[in-house]
Amino acid sequence: MIFVLLPLAAMITRVQWDAFLGLITSDSSVAALALSLRTSATSTLFCVLFGVPMAMVLARTSFRGQQLLRSLVLLPLVLPPVVGGIALLYTFGRRGLLGHTFEVLGIQVAFSTTAVIMAQTFVALPFLVVSLEGALRTSGERYESVAATLGARPTTVFRRVTLPLVLPGLAAGAVLSFARSLGEFGATITFAGSLQGVTRTLPLEIYLQREVDPDAAVALSLVLVVVAVAVIGLARGGRGA
Amino acid sequence: MKRVTTIAAVLLLGTLAACGSGSSSSSGSPSGSGASSSSGGSSEKTLTVYAASSLTSTFTELGKTFEALHKGTKVTFSFGGSSDLVAQIQQGAPADVFASADAANMEKAVADKAVRETPVNFASNTLQIAVPPDNPAGVATLQDLAEPGINVVVCAPEVPCGAATQKVEKSAGVTIKPVSEEQAVTDVLTKVESGEADAGLVYVTDVEGAGDKVKGVAFPESSSAVNVYPIATLKNGKSPDLAKDFMDLVTGTQGQSVLAAAGFAKP
Repeated sequence: MIFVLLPLAAMITRVQWDAFLGLITSDSSVAALALSLRTSATSTLFCVLFGVPMAMVLARTSFRGQQLLRSLVLLPLVLPPVVGGIALLYTFGRRGLLGHTFEVLGIQVAFSTTAVIMAQTFVALPFLVVSLEGALRTSGERYESVAATLGARPTTVFRRVTLPLVLPGLAAGAVLSFARSLGEFGATITFAGSLQGVTRTLPLEIYLQREVDPDAAVALSLVLVVVAVAVIGLARGGRGA
Repeated sequence: MKRVTTIAAVLLLGTLAACGSGSSSSSGSPSGSGASSSSGGSSEKTLTVYAASSLTSTFTELGKTFEALHKGTKVTFSFGGSSDLVAQIQQGAPADVFASADAANMEKAVADKAVRETPVNFASNTLQIAVPPDNPAGVATLQDLAEPGINVVVCAPEVPCGAATQKVEKSAGVTIKPVSEEQAVTDVLTKVESGEADAGLVYVTDVEGAGDKVKGVAFPESSSAVNVYPIATLKNGKSPDLAKDFMDLVTGTQGQSVLAAAGFAKP
Protein backbone atom coordinates (compact mmCIF):
# COMPACT_ATOMS: atom_id res chain seq x y z
CA MET A 1 0.00 0.00 0.00
CA ILE A 2 2.80 2.39 0.94
CA PHE A 3 4.51 1.44 -2.32
CA VAL A 4 1.55 2.93 -4.19
CA LEU A 5 0.85 5.90 -1.93
CA LEU A 6 4.36 7.18 -1.28
CA PRO A 7 5.12 8.20 -4.89
CA LEU A 8 1.75 9.94 -5.07
CA ALA A 9 2.48 11.84 -1.87
CA ALA A 10 5.95 12.73 -3.12
CA MET A 11 4.41 14.15 -6.27
CA ILE A 12 1.95 16.26 -4.30
CA THR A 13 4.80 17.78 -2.28
CA ARG A 14 6.31 18.97 -5.56
CA VAL A 15 3.19 20.85 -6.69
CA GLN A 16 3.69 24.63 -6.83
CA TRP A 17 0.39 25.60 -5.26
CA ASP A 18 0.63 29.34 -5.90
CA ALA A 19 1.01 28.74 -9.63
CA PHE A 20 -1.19 25.65 -9.74
CA LEU A 21 -4.35 27.27 -11.10
CA GLY A 22 -2.45 29.12 -13.80
CA LEU A 23 -0.64 25.96 -14.86
CA ILE A 24 -3.73 23.81 -15.18
CA THR A 25 -5.93 26.44 -16.83
CA SER A 26 -3.53 27.23 -19.67
CA ASP A 27 -4.94 26.75 -23.16
CA SER A 28 -2.94 23.63 -23.86
CA SER A 29 -3.85 22.01 -20.52
CA VAL A 30 -7.58 22.65 -20.88
CA ALA A 31 -7.53 21.41 -24.48
CA ALA A 32 -5.70 18.25 -23.41
CA LEU A 33 -8.05 17.53 -20.51
CA ALA A 34 -11.16 18.11 -22.64
CA LEU A 35 -9.80 15.88 -25.38
CA SER A 36 -8.90 13.17 -22.88
CA LEU A 37 -12.35 13.13 -21.30
CA ARG A 38 -14.12 13.18 -24.66
CA THR A 39 -12.04 10.41 -26.25
CA SER A 40 -12.08 8.22 -23.12
CA ALA A 41 -15.88 8.44 -22.91
CA THR A 42 -16.23 7.53 -26.58
CA SER A 43 -13.74 4.68 -26.26
CA THR A 44 -15.66 3.30 -23.26
CA LEU A 45 -18.82 3.33 -25.37
CA PHE A 46 -17.06 1.35 -28.10
CA CYS A 47 -15.64 -1.04 -25.51
CA VAL A 48 -19.19 -1.80 -24.32
CA LEU A 49 -20.43 -2.11 -27.90
CA PHE A 50 -17.70 -4.57 -28.92
CA GLY A 51 -17.03 -6.09 -25.51
CA VAL A 52 -20.52 -7.29 -24.57
CA PRO A 53 -20.91 -9.63 -27.58
CA MET A 54 -17.34 -10.85 -27.13
CA ALA A 55 -17.90 -11.62 -23.45
CA MET A 56 -21.16 -13.40 -24.26
CA VAL A 57 -19.43 -15.60 -26.82
CA LEU A 58 -16.60 -16.41 -24.41
CA ALA A 59 -18.86 -17.10 -21.41
CA ARG A 60 -21.92 -18.75 -22.93
CA THR A 61 -20.61 -20.92 -25.75
CA SER A 62 -17.91 -23.51 -26.06
CA PHE A 63 -16.12 -24.41 -29.22
CA ARG A 64 -12.73 -25.58 -30.39
CA GLY A 65 -10.13 -22.88 -30.12
CA GLN A 66 -12.08 -20.87 -27.58
CA GLN A 67 -9.13 -20.85 -25.21
CA LEU A 68 -6.96 -19.48 -27.98
CA LEU A 69 -9.56 -16.84 -28.83
CA ARG A 70 -9.68 -15.74 -25.21
CA SER A 71 -5.91 -15.36 -25.08
CA LEU A 72 -6.00 -13.28 -28.24
CA VAL A 73 -8.72 -11.02 -26.87
CA LEU A 74 -6.66 -10.45 -23.73
CA LEU A 75 -3.44 -9.83 -25.65
CA PRO A 76 -3.61 -5.99 -25.48
CA LEU A 77 -3.51 -6.31 -21.66
CA VAL A 78 -0.01 -7.71 -21.63
CA LEU A 79 1.26 -6.15 -24.82
CA PRO A 80 3.29 -2.96 -24.46
CA PRO A 81 0.98 -0.21 -25.78
CA VAL A 82 3.64 0.93 -28.25
CA VAL A 83 3.35 -2.48 -29.91
CA GLY A 84 -0.41 -1.97 -30.11
CA GLY A 85 0.20 1.39 -31.74
CA ILE A 86 2.52 -0.14 -34.32
CA ALA A 87 -0.02 -2.89 -35.05
CA LEU A 88 -2.78 -0.30 -35.53
CA LEU A 89 -0.52 1.76 -37.76
CA TYR A 90 0.11 -1.19 -40.06
CA THR A 91 -3.60 -1.94 -40.19
CA PHE A 92 -5.25 1.44 -40.53
CA GLY A 93 -2.30 3.62 -41.58
CA ARG A 94 -2.10 5.03 -45.08
CA ARG A 95 0.11 2.16 -46.24
CA GLY A 96 -1.44 -0.35 -43.87
CA LEU A 97 -3.58 -3.37 -44.57
CA LEU A 98 -6.83 -1.42 -44.80
CA GLY A 99 -5.22 1.93 -45.51
CA HIS A 100 -5.88 1.83 -49.25
CA THR A 101 -9.55 1.01 -48.76
CA PHE A 102 -9.88 3.94 -46.38
CA GLU A 103 -8.06 6.24 -48.79
CA VAL A 104 -10.50 5.34 -51.59
CA LEU A 105 -13.37 6.12 -49.24
CA GLY A 106 -11.74 9.44 -48.49
CA ILE A 107 -11.17 8.66 -44.81
CA GLN A 108 -7.87 9.49 -43.21
CA VAL A 109 -7.48 7.90 -39.82
CA ALA A 110 -3.91 8.79 -38.88
CA PHE A 111 -3.36 12.08 -37.03
CA SER A 112 -7.09 12.40 -36.27
CA THR A 113 -9.08 12.17 -33.07
CA THR A 114 -10.54 8.95 -34.48
CA ALA A 115 -7.07 7.43 -34.25
CA VAL A 116 -6.87 8.37 -30.56
CA ILE A 117 -10.21 6.66 -29.89
CA MET A 118 -9.11 3.56 -31.82
CA ALA A 119 -5.89 3.33 -29.83
CA GLN A 120 -7.75 3.72 -26.53
CA THR A 121 -10.43 1.21 -27.46
CA PHE A 122 -7.75 -1.29 -28.50
CA VAL A 123 -5.96 -1.19 -25.15
CA ALA A 124 -9.08 -0.84 -22.96
CA LEU A 125 -11.35 -3.47 -24.53
CA PRO A 126 -9.89 -6.48 -22.65
CA PHE A 127 -10.71 -4.85 -19.29
CA LEU A 128 -14.39 -4.84 -20.15
CA VAL A 129 -14.37 -8.34 -21.62
CA VAL A 130 -12.59 -9.84 -18.62
CA SER A 131 -14.85 -8.18 -16.04
CA LEU A 132 -18.02 -9.04 -17.92
CA GLU A 133 -17.04 -12.60 -18.72
CA GLY A 134 -16.30 -13.16 -15.04
CA ALA A 135 -19.67 -11.71 -14.06
CA LEU A 136 -21.47 -13.81 -16.67
CA ARG A 137 -19.83 -17.02 -15.48
CA THR A 138 -20.54 -16.21 -11.85
CA SER A 139 -24.21 -15.47 -12.45
CA GLY A 140 -24.62 -18.81 -14.23
CA GLU A 141 -27.13 -19.89 -16.81
CA ARG A 142 -29.88 -21.17 -14.52
CA TYR A 143 -32.14 -18.13 -14.60
CA GLU A 144 -31.64 -17.81 -18.32
CA SER A 145 -32.72 -21.38 -19.03
CA VAL A 146 -35.72 -21.00 -16.72
CA ALA A 147 -36.76 -17.84 -18.57
CA ALA A 148 -36.30 -19.63 -21.88
CA THR A 149 -38.46 -22.60 -20.85
CA LEU A 150 -41.13 -20.11 -19.81
CA GLY A 151 -41.20 -18.96 -23.42
CA ALA A 152 -39.00 -15.88 -23.41
CA ARG A 153 -37.20 -15.19 -26.65
CA PRO A 154 -33.34 -14.97 -26.54
CA THR A 155 -33.38 -11.17 -26.87
CA THR A 156 -35.90 -10.90 -24.02
CA VAL A 157 -33.80 -13.24 -21.88
CA PHE A 158 -30.74 -11.13 -22.50
CA ARG A 159 -32.52 -7.86 -21.80
CA ARG A 160 -34.64 -8.91 -18.83
CA VAL A 161 -32.52 -11.59 -17.13
CA THR A 162 -28.86 -11.64 -18.15
CA LEU A 163 -28.22 -7.92 -18.31
CA PRO A 164 -29.64 -6.97 -14.88
CA LEU A 165 -27.69 -9.83 -13.29
CA VAL A 166 -24.33 -8.77 -14.69
CA LEU A 167 -24.87 -5.01 -14.54
CA PRO A 168 -22.38 -4.48 -11.67
CA GLY A 169 -19.75 -6.46 -13.59
CA LEU A 170 -20.46 -4.45 -16.72
CA ALA A 171 -20.22 -1.18 -14.79
CA ALA A 172 -16.93 -2.22 -13.20
CA GLY A 173 -15.57 -3.18 -16.60
CA ALA A 174 -16.68 0.12 -18.12
CA VAL A 175 -15.00 2.10 -15.33
CA LEU A 176 -11.76 0.19 -15.77
CA SER A 177 -11.91 0.75 -19.53
CA PHE A 178 -12.47 4.46 -19.02
CA ALA A 179 -9.57 4.69 -16.59
CA ARG A 180 -7.30 2.77 -18.94
CA SER A 181 -8.30 5.01 -21.86
CA LEU A 182 -7.60 8.08 -19.78
CA GLY A 183 -4.07 6.91 -19.07
CA GLU A 184 -3.34 5.63 -22.56
CA PHE A 185 -0.03 6.94 -23.90
CA GLY A 186 2.10 4.53 -25.91
CA ALA A 187 -0.38 3.46 -28.57
CA THR A 188 -1.63 7.02 -28.99
CA ILE A 189 1.76 8.60 -29.54
CA THR A 190 2.73 5.84 -31.97
CA PHE A 191 -0.50 5.71 -33.96
CA ALA A 192 -2.18 9.09 -33.62
CA GLY A 193 0.63 11.59 -33.21
CA SER A 194 0.47 14.65 -31.02
CA LEU A 195 -1.29 17.91 -31.89
CA GLN A 196 -3.00 20.25 -29.46
CA GLY A 197 -6.78 19.82 -29.42
CA VAL A 198 -6.73 16.99 -31.96
CA THR A 199 -4.59 14.13 -30.72
CA ARG A 200 -2.64 15.46 -27.73
CA THR A 201 -4.36 13.88 -24.75
CA LEU A 202 -3.46 14.67 -21.14
CA PRO A 203 -0.75 11.99 -20.76
CA LEU A 204 0.93 13.22 -23.97
CA GLU A 205 0.71 16.82 -22.77
CA ILE A 206 2.29 15.84 -19.45
CA TYR A 207 5.13 14.05 -21.21
CA LEU A 208 5.75 17.08 -23.45
CA GLN A 209 5.54 19.67 -20.66
CA ARG A 210 8.14 17.71 -18.71
CA GLU A 211 10.68 18.83 -21.34
CA VAL A 212 10.31 22.54 -20.61
CA ASP A 213 8.20 23.04 -17.51
CA PRO A 214 8.38 20.23 -14.93
CA ASP A 215 6.07 22.24 -12.63
CA ALA A 216 3.31 22.17 -15.22
CA ALA A 217 3.87 18.44 -15.74
CA VAL A 218 3.48 17.80 -12.00
CA ALA A 219 0.35 19.98 -11.79
CA LEU A 220 -1.23 18.16 -14.75
CA SER A 221 -0.29 14.79 -13.30
CA LEU A 222 -2.18 15.70 -10.16
CA VAL A 223 -5.22 16.63 -12.27
CA LEU A 224 -5.06 13.22 -13.96
CA VAL A 225 -4.82 11.47 -10.59
CA VAL A 226 -7.80 13.42 -9.25
CA VAL A 227 -9.90 12.60 -12.33
CA ALA A 228 -8.97 8.92 -12.11
CA VAL A 229 -9.79 8.74 -8.40
CA ALA A 230 -13.09 10.57 -9.00
CA VAL A 231 -14.10 8.11 -11.72
CA ILE A 232 -13.35 5.08 -9.59
CA GLY A 233 -15.00 6.69 -6.56
CA LEU A 234 -18.12 7.54 -8.54
CA ALA A 235 -18.41 4.01 -9.84
CA ARG A 236 -18.03 2.54 -6.35
CA GLY A 237 -20.54 4.98 -4.88
CA GLY A 238 -22.96 4.23 -7.70
CA ARG A 239 -22.76 0.53 -7.02
CA GLY A 240 -23.15 0.93 -3.28
CA ALA A 241 -26.34 2.97 -3.61
CA MET B 1 -16.79 -14.48 -3.33
CA LYS B 2 -16.05 -15.59 -6.86
CA ARG B 3 -16.84 -12.12 -8.13
CA VAL B 4 -14.32 -10.65 -5.75
CA THR B 5 -11.69 -12.99 -7.14
CA THR B 6 -12.57 -11.93 -10.66
CA ILE B 7 -12.26 -8.26 -9.85
CA ALA B 8 -8.98 -8.91 -8.07
CA ALA B 9 -7.73 -10.75 -11.14
CA VAL B 10 -8.75 -7.88 -13.37
CA LEU B 11 -7.04 -5.38 -11.14
CA LEU B 12 -3.91 -7.50 -11.09
CA LEU B 13 -3.91 -7.74 -14.87
CA GLY B 14 -4.45 -4.00 -14.99
CA THR B 15 -1.40 -3.45 -12.88
CA LEU B 16 0.61 -5.66 -15.20
CA ALA B 17 -0.60 -3.69 -18.21
CA ALA B 18 0.25 -0.45 -16.48
CA CYS B 19 3.73 -1.74 -15.83
CA GLY B 20 3.97 -2.66 -19.48
CA SER B 21 2.98 0.79 -20.58
CA GLY B 22 5.41 2.32 -18.15
CA SER B 23 8.37 0.40 -19.44
CA SER B 24 7.47 0.95 -23.05
CA SER B 25 6.86 4.65 -22.79
CA SER B 26 10.16 5.11 -21.11
CA SER B 27 11.97 3.13 -23.77
CA GLY B 28 13.24 6.37 -25.16
CA SER B 29 14.77 7.37 -21.89
CA PRO B 30 18.03 5.88 -20.83
CA SER B 31 18.48 3.06 -18.39
CA GLY B 32 20.94 4.50 -16.00
CA SER B 33 20.83 1.65 -13.52
CA GLY B 34 23.78 -0.61 -13.37
CA ALA B 35 25.77 1.67 -15.60
CA SER B 36 28.22 2.49 -12.87
CA SER B 37 28.69 -0.94 -11.40
CA SER B 38 31.97 -2.34 -12.58
CA SER B 39 31.39 -5.86 -13.81
CA GLY B 40 34.76 -7.36 -13.07
CA GLY B 41 37.04 -7.05 -10.08
CA SER B 42 39.15 -4.01 -9.33
CA SER B 43 41.26 -4.62 -12.45
CA GLU B 44 38.46 -3.67 -14.86
CA LYS B 45 37.57 -0.01 -15.05
CA THR B 46 34.25 1.38 -16.23
CA LEU B 47 33.61 4.59 -18.09
CA THR B 48 30.01 5.79 -18.13
CA VAL B 49 28.99 8.05 -20.98
CA TYR B 50 25.65 9.88 -21.17
CA ALA B 51 24.97 10.89 -24.74
CA ALA B 52 22.08 12.26 -26.81
CA SER B 53 20.09 9.64 -28.75
CA SER B 54 21.24 11.04 -32.08
CA LEU B 55 24.78 9.96 -31.17
CA THR B 56 23.85 6.30 -30.61
CA SER B 57 25.55 4.75 -33.62
CA THR B 58 28.62 7.00 -33.73
CA PHE B 59 29.36 6.83 -30.02
CA THR B 60 28.83 3.07 -29.88
CA GLU B 61 31.48 2.75 -32.56
CA LEU B 62 33.82 5.16 -30.75
CA GLY B 63 33.22 3.24 -27.52
CA LYS B 64 34.57 0.06 -29.17
CA THR B 65 37.58 2.01 -30.43
CA PHE B 66 38.15 3.35 -26.92
CA GLU B 67 37.97 -0.12 -25.36
CA ALA B 68 40.53 -1.36 -27.89
CA LEU B 69 42.85 1.53 -27.02
CA HIS B 70 42.44 1.12 -23.26
CA LYS B 71 42.65 -2.58 -22.47
CA GLY B 72 40.62 -3.58 -19.42
CA THR B 73 38.25 -0.64 -19.71
CA LYS B 74 34.55 -1.06 -20.31
CA VAL B 75 32.54 1.81 -21.78
CA THR B 76 28.86 1.89 -20.82
CA PHE B 77 26.48 4.18 -22.64
CA SER B 78 23.19 5.68 -21.66
CA PHE B 79 21.51 7.19 -24.69
CA GLY B 80 18.45 9.39 -24.29
CA GLY B 81 16.93 12.79 -24.82
CA SER B 82 19.41 15.46 -23.71
CA SER B 83 16.94 16.99 -21.26
CA ASP B 84 16.27 13.58 -19.67
CA LEU B 85 20.00 13.00 -19.31
CA VAL B 86 20.58 16.41 -17.70
CA ALA B 87 17.76 15.74 -15.25
CA GLN B 88 19.44 12.46 -14.27
CA ILE B 89 22.85 14.11 -13.93
CA GLN B 90 21.28 16.76 -11.70
CA GLN B 91 19.82 13.97 -9.58
CA GLY B 92 23.33 12.60 -9.08
CA ALA B 93 23.68 9.95 -11.78
CA PRO B 94 27.28 8.66 -11.73
CA ALA B 95 28.20 9.60 -15.29
CA ASP B 96 31.76 10.43 -16.40
CA VAL B 97 31.02 12.16 -19.68
CA PHE B 98 27.99 14.04 -21.02
CA ALA B 99 27.44 14.75 -24.71
CA SER B 100 24.41 16.94 -25.36
CA ALA B 101 22.51 17.52 -28.60
CA ASP B 102 22.18 21.22 -27.89
CA ALA B 103 23.85 24.03 -26.00
CA ALA B 104 20.81 24.73 -23.80
CA ASN B 105 20.93 21.40 -21.98
CA MET B 106 24.69 21.57 -21.51
CA GLU B 107 24.21 25.04 -20.00
CA LYS B 108 21.84 23.49 -17.46
CA ALA B 109 24.59 21.08 -16.41
CA VAL B 110 27.11 23.92 -16.25
CA ALA B 111 24.76 26.07 -14.18
CA ASP B 112 24.36 23.13 -11.80
CA LYS B 113 28.17 22.97 -11.42
CA ALA B 114 28.07 19.34 -12.57
CA VAL B 115 30.84 19.66 -15.17
CA ARG B 116 34.59 19.57 -14.51
CA GLU B 117 35.83 21.85 -17.28
CA THR B 118 34.34 24.15 -19.90
CA PRO B 119 32.39 22.07 -22.45
CA VAL B 120 33.85 21.65 -25.94
CA ASN B 121 31.77 21.72 -29.11
CA PHE B 122 32.52 18.65 -31.23
CA ALA B 123 29.87 18.46 -33.96
CA SER B 124 26.92 20.22 -35.51
CA ASN B 125 23.75 19.17 -37.23
CA THR B 126 21.20 20.92 -39.43
CA LEU B 127 17.64 20.14 -40.42
CA GLN B 128 16.66 18.37 -43.58
CA ILE B 129 13.30 17.41 -45.05
CA ALA B 130 12.70 13.66 -44.93
CA VAL B 131 10.23 12.19 -47.42
CA PRO B 132 9.21 8.60 -48.21
CA PRO B 133 11.45 7.10 -50.95
CA ASP B 134 8.84 7.70 -53.68
CA ASN B 135 8.16 11.26 -52.45
CA PRO B 136 4.38 11.03 -53.05
CA ALA B 137 3.76 14.74 -52.46
CA GLY B 138 6.66 15.83 -54.68
CA VAL B 139 8.36 17.92 -51.99
CA ALA B 140 11.35 19.84 -53.32
CA THR B 141 11.62 22.97 -51.16
CA LEU B 142 10.78 24.15 -47.66
CA GLN B 143 7.99 26.27 -49.17
CA ASP B 144 6.29 23.09 -50.46
CA LEU B 145 5.66 22.04 -46.84
CA ALA B 146 3.25 24.96 -46.43
CA GLU B 147 1.04 23.72 -49.29
CA PRO B 148 -2.42 22.65 -48.15
CA GLY B 149 -3.28 18.96 -48.29
CA ILE B 150 0.16 17.59 -47.53
CA ASN B 151 0.79 15.78 -44.27
CA VAL B 152 3.80 17.31 -42.56
CA VAL B 153 5.10 16.09 -39.21
CA VAL B 154 7.52 18.15 -37.12
CA CYS B 155 8.94 18.16 -33.59
CA ALA B 156 7.03 20.05 -30.89
CA PRO B 157 8.50 23.52 -30.19
CA GLU B 158 9.27 22.35 -26.63
CA VAL B 159 12.03 19.95 -27.77
CA PRO B 160 15.32 21.01 -29.45
CA CYS B 161 14.47 19.82 -32.97
CA GLY B 162 11.15 21.68 -32.76
CA ALA B 163 12.89 24.86 -31.64
CA ALA B 164 15.17 24.54 -34.66
CA THR B 165 12.12 24.01 -36.89
CA GLN B 166 10.54 27.22 -35.63
CA LYS B 167 13.76 29.14 -36.26
CA VAL B 168 13.98 27.86 -39.82
CA GLU B 169 10.32 28.68 -40.50
CA LYS B 170 10.78 32.19 -39.20
CA SER B 171 13.89 32.96 -41.20
CA ALA B 172 12.33 31.56 -44.37
CA GLY B 173 9.00 33.27 -43.77
CA VAL B 174 7.15 29.97 -44.15
CA THR B 175 4.31 28.82 -41.92
CA ILE B 176 3.95 25.06 -41.78
CA LYS B 177 0.68 23.63 -40.48
CA PRO B 178 1.78 20.22 -39.21
CA VAL B 179 -0.63 17.33 -38.68
CA SER B 180 1.40 16.31 -35.65
CA GLU B 181 4.03 17.81 -33.36
CA GLU B 182 6.07 14.90 -32.12
CA GLN B 183 8.00 14.46 -28.91
CA ALA B 184 11.25 13.33 -30.50
CA VAL B 185 12.94 13.42 -33.85
CA THR B 186 12.77 9.62 -34.09
CA ASP B 187 8.96 9.81 -33.86
CA VAL B 188 8.95 12.18 -36.82
CA LEU B 189 11.23 9.83 -38.75
CA THR B 190 9.12 6.72 -38.13
CA LYS B 191 6.00 8.52 -39.33
CA VAL B 192 7.75 9.36 -42.59
CA GLU B 193 9.24 5.86 -42.91
CA SER B 194 5.81 4.26 -42.53
CA GLY B 195 4.44 6.58 -45.21
CA GLU B 196 1.95 8.03 -42.75
CA ALA B 197 3.38 11.50 -43.31
CA ASP B 198 4.32 13.00 -46.68
CA ALA B 199 7.22 14.87 -45.17
CA GLY B 200 8.94 15.56 -41.87
CA LEU B 201 11.63 17.87 -40.59
CA VAL B 202 14.51 15.93 -39.05
CA TYR B 203 18.28 16.25 -38.80
CA VAL B 204 20.65 15.43 -41.66
CA THR B 205 22.11 12.60 -39.58
CA ASP B 206 18.66 11.03 -39.12
CA VAL B 207 18.15 10.90 -42.86
CA GLU B 208 21.65 9.45 -43.24
CA GLY B 209 21.00 6.85 -40.53
CA ALA B 210 17.65 5.75 -41.99
CA GLY B 211 19.36 4.47 -45.15
CA ASP B 212 17.01 3.99 -48.10
CA LYS B 213 13.85 4.04 -45.98
CA VAL B 214 13.58 7.81 -46.44
CA LYS B 215 14.91 10.34 -48.91
CA GLY B 216 16.46 13.61 -47.78
CA VAL B 217 15.61 16.95 -49.35
CA ALA B 218 18.15 19.64 -48.44
CA PHE B 219 17.04 23.26 -48.29
CA PRO B 220 19.19 26.41 -48.03
CA GLU B 221 17.19 27.90 -45.12
CA SER B 222 18.45 25.12 -42.84
CA SER B 223 21.62 27.15 -42.21
CA SER B 224 19.62 29.49 -39.97
CA ALA B 225 19.35 26.81 -37.28
CA VAL B 226 22.61 25.01 -36.68
CA ASN B 227 22.53 22.69 -33.69
CA VAL B 228 25.86 22.46 -31.92
CA TYR B 229 26.82 19.40 -29.85
CA PRO B 230 28.93 20.08 -26.73
CA ILE B 231 30.73 17.45 -24.66
CA ALA B 232 32.08 17.72 -21.10
CA THR B 233 33.49 15.60 -18.29
CA LEU B 234 31.44 15.42 -15.11
CA LYS B 235 32.30 15.89 -11.44
CA ASN B 236 30.20 12.91 -10.41
CA GLY B 237 32.30 10.57 -12.55
CA LYS B 238 34.62 8.04 -10.95
CA SER B 239 37.25 7.92 -13.69
CA PRO B 240 38.26 11.50 -14.55
CA ASP B 241 41.35 10.47 -16.53
CA LEU B 242 39.47 8.05 -18.73
CA ALA B 243 36.76 10.67 -19.20
CA LYS B 244 39.31 13.16 -20.48
CA ASP B 245 40.74 10.51 -22.82
CA PHE B 246 37.28 9.76 -24.21
CA MET B 247 36.62 13.44 -24.80
CA ASP B 248 39.94 13.70 -26.65
CA LEU B 249 38.98 10.72 -28.81
CA VAL B 250 35.67 12.35 -29.79
CA THR B 251 37.20 15.75 -30.56
CA GLY B 252 40.28 14.24 -32.23
CA THR B 253 40.75 13.11 -35.84
CA GLN B 254 39.40 9.61 -35.29
CA GLY B 255 36.21 10.79 -33.62
CA GLN B 256 35.67 13.53 -36.15
CA SER B 257 35.94 11.15 -39.10
CA VAL B 258 33.39 8.76 -37.56
CA LEU B 259 31.02 11.67 -36.95
CA ALA B 260 31.52 13.07 -40.45
CA ALA B 261 30.72 9.67 -41.95
CA ALA B 262 27.36 9.75 -40.14
CA GLY B 263 26.50 13.15 -41.60
CA PHE B 264 27.57 15.44 -38.76
CA ALA B 265 29.25 18.70 -39.71
CA LYS B 266 32.09 20.46 -37.89
CA PRO B 267 30.94 22.61 -34.96
